[in-house]
Amino acid sequence: MLQGFIDQFWPSTIDGLALGSIYALIALGYTMVYGVLRLINFAHSEIFMIGTFAALATLHGLSLSPVGGFSLVLLVAVLALIAGAVSGGSAVLLEFIAYRPLRRRGASRLAALISAIGASIFLQQLFARVVIPWWFDLPKEKGPLPIQEHFVERSNVIAIGDFVVSIDKFLIFAGAIIMMLALDLLVNRTKLGRGIRATAQDPETAVLMGVNIDRIVTATFAIGGAMAGVAAALFIMRFEETNYFVGFLLGIKAFTAAVLGGIGNLRGALAGGLVLGLIEMYGSSIFGSEWRDVVAFSVLVLVLMFRPTGIFGESLQQARA
Amino acid sequence: MAILRLNKVRIGAIAVGAVLALGVSACGGGDDDSSSGGGGGDAASSVTIGFMGDLTGENSGIVIPPKQGAQLAIDEYNATNPKTKITLKEYDSQGRPEQATPLAKTAITQDKIVGLIGPAFSGESAQVGPVLEEGKVPSISPSATNAKLAQNGWKYWHRVIANDNVQGAGIATFITNGLGAKKVFVIDDASEYGKPLGQTVKQSVESGGATTSVDSIDAQASDYGSTVNKAKAFAPDAIFFAGYYAQGGKLLKQLREGGVDARFLSGDGSLDAGLAKGAGGKVADGSVIGCPCLIDPAGEASPASKKFADAYKAKFNNDAAIYAAEGYDAATAFITAIKAGNTTAEKINAALSSVDVAGVGKQVKFGSNGEVTATDVFVYEVKGDTLPLLGNAKEAKLG
Repeated sequence: MLQGFIDQFWPSTIDGLALGSIYALIALGYTMVYGVLRLINFAHSEIFMIGTFAALATLHGLSLSPVGGFSLVLLVAVLALIAGAVSGGSAVLLEFIAYRPLRRRGASRLAALISAIGASIFLQQLFARVVIPWWFDLPKEKGPLPIQEHFVERSNVIAIGDFVVSIDKFLIFAGAIIMMLALDLLVNRTKLGRGIRATAQDPETAVLMGVNIDRIVTATFAIGGAMAGVAAALFIMRFEETNYFVGFLLGIKAFTAAVLGGIGNLRGALAGGLVLGLIEMYGSSIFGSEWRDVVAFSVLVLVLMFRPTGIFGESLQQARA
Repeated sequence: MAILRLNKVRIGAIAVGAVLALGVSACGGGDDDSSSGGGGGDAASSVTIGFMGDLTGENSGIVIPPKQGAQLAIDEYNATNPKTKITLKEYDSQGRPEQATPLAKTAITQDKIVGLIGPAFSGESAQVGPVLEEGKVPSISPSATNAKLAQNGWKYWHRVIANDNVQGAGIATFITNGLGAKKVFVIDDASEYGKPLGQTVKQSVESGGATTSVDSIDAQASDYGSTVNKAKAFAPDAIFFAGYYAQGGKLLKQLREGGVDARFLSGDGSLDAGLAKGAGGKVADGSVIGCPCLIDPAGEASPASKKFADAYKAKFNNDAAIYAAEGYDAATAFITAIKAGNTTAEKINAALSSVDVAGVGKQVKFGSNGEVTATDVFVYEVKGDTLPLLGNAKEAKLG
């Protein structure tokens, strides 16, 4: 058992960091919305799913021959921009339709939670029944949507013995770190960021201080959605396929990562995502892939037993993020 | 194919098949009427056999071919002007067990069928089995492969397709003999279908002298990195995947990207062009898929197969597709029993136990538990989005 861990240590580490980066980017959306609204936005996984479709459709539209190296970086940047815009827009629209009316009428948080679950199911089925058949000319049923040819040349960035990093995994990790830094700057250094932090701390006082809550909420959803969109673009680069239920499992894992890092805490989301990715990969190298989720969730339970607020604990309102 | 165990992602591609096949079934229906009209002229010397399966539902794409195969066999028989003509009556269960059970009761009590070809899937077979047992009507399924079906002690139940255990053993033979693989990595999808199939292959290749390592994937997940790393560390000669094509394609793609170049093999759950599509481009080329079914539209396997493929094409204007040969063989078994002068369900059932005729894909002979005794498994090689027949798993070699 341990032999497997030793044999696969480096590949597992690299795969774990790449997977964890995607978790982290999705987790940011959960954590931001939770920080500001105290709402678990269960439809966030579908925002990610919409992003993957946007990225894949862009690829179909471009129909390039496989690219590698610098042009791949450029292509991913374009994909991230488009998927980020589409996902961010969808998130804003979602907030406008599914949450804002409830908020206006002062409905309980549980009502918003049900609305979130409803929106999630609605979006999944919308893609399964309407968008996929119409767009990809497939029968109105399930099925993966693979593209026929690859478009990524997976050259290795680093290759020292077992320590092999292919360009796609490197870009995923780098992309997550860059987005995280940018978001950190945005929240801590700009006026909008101050508004977000103020709203997270105390919405009523924030209003008294002249913060437009509706604008802040819209911005929060847009930023969280955009992060999911970037994650979607990186996901498409790595796997080159998507499906209408692609967000479900990833969403659950990302939510777990957010809780693991301390929900409401941006840096916690990044740390939680990376830790979860590594635990999954190490766990499966030791116990076999069928134990992957068991190991991951066992660790989550253990962490929460000793640190109920997650690894980083503090939340958005405590001025940190 | 045991649709009982079908993963939901499988349905997409089958639905395409269904649309194509529906058009064909319209022609088939016309033939049906004319033949039963001919047979009905002399009512005293005619018996009715039922065909039950999903004829209009989402998986009908793999049920209409065996129905047409059965129709072909019966029409050929009726054309010889026999003493007792046979009418084939359709029962559309849509693959649903709850729909199949009342249909079976109607077939037995009202239509007085003397035999039933079907039910097509394992799930409905499990429900209909006791009804047939009670009504004392023999059945022969062309496509239900769940190994447990034969363990119910049913006296009237038969099938002309080898079960999943036989399939696993057959593919394992090909892996150790045909490929000469010494290190085999077995991956299953943790489903009711994949898990036992993977275990059978593992045990069989081990007794064939190969060393193995196993892993499972989560059908819902997108990232199989941990499985790829395990495979890479094990450095196998061959990889067997027990699961459906939707996951198989993704897995294969990630294996190749991870630098694992071992020959990829899978079972009937992956016998679909979707495997090549999921893997992308030509990545899946050279992969080998096993199935207890014979799909041989070119008629390369044997003269009997050639004759069947040509007759099928001439009658239905379509290539013989999955389970068509098995439908034909199931009907042949009934015809043999009826030709021998048996016209009641009880007598036909008794005669089935001694039937021993050459079918299209295999020798049709039943064991006492109703399983076909032939253990032929056929292997197919992925070439683009086609799956040409390589041959019988026992002797097939890669070209």
